[in-house]
Amino acid sequence: MKYTSQMVAKPYFIFALVLLAGEILFGLILGFQYINGDFLFPLIPFNVARMVHTNLLIVLILFAFMGAAYYLVPEESERELWSPKLAIITFWVFAVAGVATILGYLLVPYATLAEITYNNILPTMGREFLEQPTITKIGIVIVVLSFILNIAMTVFKGRRTVITVVLVTGLFGMAFFFLFAFYLPENLAVDKFFWWFVIHLWVEGVWELILGAILSFVLIKVTGVDREHIDKWLYLIIAMTLVSGIVGTGHHFFYIGTPDYWLWIGSIASAVEPLPFFLMVMYAFSMEKQRRVDHENKIALTWAKGTAVIAFLGAGVWGFLHTLAPVNYYTHGTQLTAAHGHLAFFGAYIMIMFCIISYAMPIMRGRLKGNCEKAQKVERVGFWLMVLGMLGVTLALTVAGTWQIILQRWPDSGDALSFMATQAEIIPVYVFRLGFGLMTFTGLLVYLYSFFVKEPVTAK
Amino acid sequence: MTDRITKNTARNIYFGGSLFAILVFAGLTFDTVQKFPELTNEDKITHSVARGKNLWEVNNCVGCHTIMGEGAYYAPELANAFDRLGGGNQDAFRTYMKSWMAAQPLDAPNRRKMPQFNLSDKEVDDLSNFLIWTSKIDDNEWPPNIEG
Repeated sequence: MKYTSQMVAKPYFIFALVLLAGEILFGLILGFQYINGDFLFPLIPFNVARMVHTNLLIVLILFAFMGAAYYLVPEESERELWSPKLAIITFWVFAVAGVATILGYLLVPYATLAEITYNNILPTMGREFLEQPTITKIGIVIVVLSFILNIAMTVFKGRRTVITVVLVTGLFGMAFFFLFAFYLPENLAVDKFFWWFVIHLWVEGVWELILGAILSFVLIKVTGVDREHIDKWLYLIIAMTLVSGIVGTGHHFFYIGTPDYWLWIGSIASAVEPLPFFLMVMYAFSMEKQRRVDHENKIALTWAKGTAVIAFLGAGVWGFLHTLAPVNYYTHGTQLTAAHGHLAFFGAYIMIMFCIISYAMPIMRGRLKGNCEKAQKVERVGFWLMVLGMLGVTLALTVAGTWQIILQRWPDSGDALSFMATQAEIIPVYVFRLGFGLMTFTGLLVYLYSFFVKEPVTAK
Repeated sequence: MTDRITKNTARNIYFGGSLFAILVFAGLTFDTVQKFPELTNEDKITHSVARGKNLWEVNNCVGCHTIMGEGAYYAPELANAFDRLGGGNQDAFRTYMKSWMAAQPLDAPNRRKMPQFNLSDKEVDDLSNFLIWTSKIDDNEWPPNIEG
C-alpha cells in the first residue's frame, strides 16, 4: 500500500460485506414468503422484509463505492487523502444512521416510523427504494457531501487522471440526482416521473461511471496495460452509457401517465443500452490479452471479467428482453422485471464491489501480491457459487414471469386468471428460486471464509 | 478496435454525446411536465385524493403492491383496482374497500397476508378516492386486461 490513508477503506469494505449478508438473508425470507404467505407474519410482513432487502442493497453499494474511492483516489492522485479523520467520522455516522433506520423498519409499523420522524413536515417516505425517513435522507446528503468534499479535495490537489475525473463526475451526479428524492408532488404520475430521476439515473447513469472507474483502476493494476489505452476505453464506455442511459430513462415512461412519444424514444434509446456493457466485456478481456504483468492476485482479474460478463447479461441482455414498448406492455411489473433487476444489480454493482475488495483487501492486510493460492481457491469456489446461484435465481424468475404473462396478462379479460390465482400456480418455480438463493448465500459464506484461510508462514 | 480512435476523440465523444443527451432529455422533460395536467386530470386531485396518496405512502403499500406496474410484485396491481373491484361504481368501490380493509388479515392458511392497518372509515374513503383518481390517469391503455 502506497499511502497510509488508503486504510480507511477497510471498515467500509467490511461493513458492506456484513450488510450484504443481511441483504441476502432478507432476500431468502422474501423468497420463502412467496411460497408460504404465513412465514414470519405478522412479525415481519413482506413489505418490511422487502424494504430491508432493497435498502440494505442501496446502502451497501454506497459503502462499497466510498471504500473503493478512499482506496483508489490517494493512489491515483499520488498523495494522501485530504482528511482521513473525516472519512472515519462519516463512516460511523453513516453506519449508525443506517442501522438505526433498518431497526426502525423492523421494530415499529411504517406509519409510526413516518410519524415519529416527522414525515408530515417534509414528506418523502413511502416510495419504492426511497422508503428512508426524511431525516435519514438528510443524513445521507450530509454524509455524501462530506465524502465528495474529501475525494474532490484529494483529486484537485494531486495528480488528475481520467479515472479520478470520471469517478468524481459520477459522485457529483449521484449527489445531484438524489436531490429529487426530496420532491414528492401530489400528482402520482409526476411523482413517478421524477422518482426515476433518482432511480434510473443512478443505476443506469452515474453509478455506471463509478463502476467504470473502479474497473479501470483494477485492470491497470492487475494487467499492467498502458494507462493511455485504458483511458480511451473508459471514455468510450461511459460515453455510450450516458448517451443511451440518459434518454433511456424513457423506457420507464411507457405506462405511468406520460405522453406517448416516450414509447418510441424510450424504446430506441434503450435498445442502445446493452452496448456499453458489451464494450465493457470486450474491454476486460482484451486488457487481459494485452497484459504486461502476471499479477499473482488472479482472482481479482476473475472478478473484473465476471463483473463485465454478468453485468452485460443482467443489465444488457435481460434488460433488452423487455425494454421495447410493445413487449413491455405485457412484461411491465411482472417477475421478469425482478429477474432483470436481480442479475443487473448483482453483476454490475455487487461484483464490482467484490472485484475491488479482492484486489485491495489483501494489500491492506499486508499481502501485496494478493492472498495465498489456497485462499484464492476458496474465493473462486465462492465466486462460482454466487454467480451460478444468481443465474439460477434469474432463470427461475424469468420462467415465473413468462408463466405469469401467459396465465394473467395475455388472455382476454374473461379468460385470464387473477393475480393471486396466477401466483398460486407459479409456486413450484418459486421453490427453485429459493433453492438458488440458498446457493448464492452459501457462496457468500464460502467467500467470507476465504478471509480466514491462513497464509503459509514461509511466504516471506 | 480502439486503435483508430485517439484519446482526445474518445473524450470529445464523451463530452459531446453526454451534453447532447442531457439537452434532449431536458427538452422532453419540459414538454412532459406541460402535458401532465391533461393526462392525469390534475384538476380532479381533491384534498381527499391527496390525503389518500399520503396514506398510500406512509403505510408503504408499494412494498407489496404495484401501481401502474411499479412497486413490489407480491400483491395485485392497484391502478385499475377501481375498475376491477368497483365495476366503475364509486359508492360500490368505497363500500367494498371498507369491508376489505376491515377483514385483513384474511384467515386463509399459507395465503399471502395483508396486514391490518387500522385505518378509520374516513381514511379508507381517502384511499379509495386516490385509487379512483389513479384509475383515470391516461397510462397508454395499460394494463392489457382487467386482471392487471
